[in-house]
Amino acid sequence: MDLTVIWAGIIAFAIFMYVVMDGFDLGIGILFPSFQVGKERDQAMNAIAPVWDGNETWLVLGGGGLFAAFPLAYAIILPATYPLVIAMLLGLVFRGVAFEFRWRDPRHRGFWDMSFAGGSLVAAMTQGMILGALLQGVTVEGRNYAGSWFDWLTPYTLLTGVGVTVGYVLLGATFLAMKVEGRAEDHAYRTARIAGWATLALMIAVSLATPLLEGQYWRRWFEMPNILFAAQVPLLTGILFFALMRSIAKRRVYRPFVLALSIFLLGMAGLGVSMWPFAVPPGITIWDAAAPESSQIFMLVGTAIIMPIILIYTAWAYWVFRGKVGEHHYH
Amino acid sequence: MMIDGLDALTLARIQFAFTVSFHFIFPAFSIGLASFLMVLEGLWLKTGKPLYLDLFKYWLKVFAVAFAMGVVSGIVMSYQFGTNWSVFSDRAGPVIGPLMAYEVLTAFFLEAGFLGVMLFGMNRVGKKLHFAATCLVALGTFVSAFWILSVNSWMHTPTGFVMGDNGQFLPGDSWMDIIFNPSFPYRLVHTVTAAYLTTAFVVGGVGAWHLLRNSANAHARKMFSMAMWMAALVAPIQIFVGDLHGLNTLEYQPQKVMAMEGHYDSHPDGAPLILFGIPDSEAKEVRYSIEIPKASSLILKHDLNAPLAGLDTIPDEDEPPVEIVFWSFRIMVGIGFAMLGLGLWSLVARYRRKLYDWTWLHRAALVMGPSGFVAVIAGWITTEVGRQPFTVYGLMRTADSVSPLEAPAVATSLVAFVVIYFAVFGIGTWYIMKLMHNIPHDHETGVKRGDIGPIRTAGITPGPSQNPGDRETFPGSNRESQGPEIVDRTRNEEGGD
Repeated sequence: MDLTVIWAGIIAFAIFMYVVMDGFDLGIGILFPSFQVGKERDQAMNAIAPVWDGNETWLVLGGGGLFAAFPLAYAIILPATYPLVIAMLLGLVFRGVAFEFRWRDPRHRGFWDMSFAGGSLVAAMTQGMILGALLQGVTVEGRNYAGSWFDWLTPYTLLTGVGVTVGYVLLGATFLAMKVEGRAEDHAYRTARIAGWATLALMIAVSLATPLLEGQYWRRWFEMPNILFAAQVPLLTGILFFALMRSIAKRRVYRPFVLALSIFLLGMAGLGVSMWPFAVPPGITIWDAAAPESSQIFMLVGTAIIMPIILIYTAWAYWVFRGKVGEHHYH
Repeated sequence: MMIDGLDALTLARIQFAFTVSFHFIFPAFSIGLASFLMVLEGLWLKTGKPLYLDLFKYWLKVFAVAFAMGVVSGIVMSYQFGTNWSVFSDRAGPVIGPLMAYEVLTAFFLEAGFLGVMLFGMNRVGKKLHFAATCLVALGTFVSAFWILSVNSWMHTPTGFVMGDNGQFLPGDSWMDIIFNPSFPYRLVHTVTAAYLTTAFVVGGVGAWHLLRNSANAHARKMFSMAMWMAALVAPIQIFVGDLHGLNTLEYQPQKVMAMEGHYDSHPDGAPLILFGIPDSEAKEVRYSIEIPKASSLILKHDLNAPLAGLDTIPDEDEPPVEIVFWSFRIMVGIGFAMLGLGLWSLVARYRRKLYDWTWLHRAALVMGPSGFVAVIAGWITTEVGRQPFTVYGLMRTADSVSPLEAPAVATSLVAFVVIYFAVFGIGTWYIMKLMHNIPHDHETGVKRGDIGPIRTAGITPGPSQNPGDRETFPGSNRESQGPEIVDRTRNEEGGD
């Protein structure tokens, strides 16, 4: 198998891991103000305090991995979405420090709670918009971005931004449903139900808008024989949504989160159908953007050895902090 | 606005200098602090003395805040290469990208994966496993320094590459030639040692502050004593290592050393050491200089009469900005010798058994508390400005590395970074200082978070009023009384019941 394809798979995996792991973090952040000041918010925060840093590392791997494996894509996408990337990074600054700062300064805890929520919202929205900006195509000349600094701002990118944000809220709500107790738990299930319907509506909207952007997307999805394969993605997604809404209604503990993750995975698969084999649509393929074989091999050896170890100790860290964070202190 | 007149290149350079300088303050502290925590926890496990556990928990709270700021400012750095230096990223990516990917894989995940257990997990995983987590976090900070300094060193002394037809730097036969490029070993040792010294002086400053308030405080005594050992032993090592690093720079980046020394002119028979003066790059001379004849040749060539070339041998367009490098170098070296002085002073005090009594020593240590940060930033300015006008030394110019961005975009983001960094990290630094202001005492609380969640089970040991039996777990504890108001304040600060 082609090393470039393997690396595209590894980057996709890192991005998926990021979306899975930081998606619910950011979703919890966005939902934060809707929880009552005091124990409810403390519970929500403590549900992710021990793991957020590890979750965010997947974003660094996504960026660093792209830099290493597809330097040309990295060098084009970041200038093309410059204001979005800067806004995302500053959003992550506000939300990252809030984890510590809110405990250090009770008098200004309200401010840091808002910075936690606002930072999470900005990060989620900009990530969705970066995705949209990539899908709608980037102007390239030679090896450089050649558009202006607001090319990314279109109705389509706003749609993808809202879509990803609402999807993260769904992940966050279903994650909290597993981790918190009492009134906060009821609130999590209620929110999950609303976010579930909203995610479904936005996924349909994005799915309808995307093939209209570019002829090649249309052909991927709607021409024979592609449609036979491609149609499985929305079909499966529909079935999973049905199961998701049922599990939320029945207040299952783990199932809603797992189903929400599966829906995200299918969303990524849909993206794959649209984008393949482009790293930067409409012109730059993964082979155009790929680092030389020597770099690919050097990193692949390390990744093959280290990645399983990372997954093991990450799982262990989650295991250490398993179960409900609880509302009562003395049992 | 003032920045309206600047072009995108200048703005991008200011932005990178600003974000990386701000960022490096936190790792410079957390690399050393992680190791210090490892030592404290190790001593606690070995001796069973609760004093070490108290100190561990005292500094763990500081570490949590500093590490969070390091993480978020570090994520910014991992994207700054692409946002502002996309041409550089495209061309150098095949060589330095994999090293940065290795940093993520081997260091960032390790730190992040075990940080949660280190901060909240002692009661959940037990002492030994918790100590292992602390060690792994400390190891992670070092491994991170290893990779990123390899990348940085390669940009100073590029080796092991071939030029591709598309203008990219491509890896040559051996990755070892890239990773272990000529300046890397020196830079790594010099930087990590600097991080240890920086932390030692912070710890020493905090210890001194509390000794000045109460010289009988056993916790303050212990941290002050440990910090002064570090100062006395490591400062001379650092000066020696710095000298070796300078000789390495002379071999591979001579014009940087010329700028550091203020040598506009060549000296065929022994170059003077310019202690101070005002460099003037227009006139190409150092005004009002105080010099020691031939001493520069002695230091750099170990021969009084050895010839030393000056900037007159370098084309003007390849010269670094002398004024900045000249001054930043002197600030770094000056602080280095002041650190050595304090270390020696502490040895005298220790020998006379006055380490905890000489208040002038404590005042000096307090003033020197933040000096490591100044020295570290001055050192980085010396080496990075000294590499100009290149990003990849001698091969790729900074002017050719920048992203094709419009100046207003870079200006806006620069303003945003400056405002937000000063506000957020300023406040964070204030919180750290508040933590350091708390008197270190018996039964220190861990990283407590209200009464719920990871906290309830994971505050390393409950506060004294919550669990009076706590004391029994530490046989032989002989504690001074600190009075109840301290305990109360800690509890309030942490959110209380």
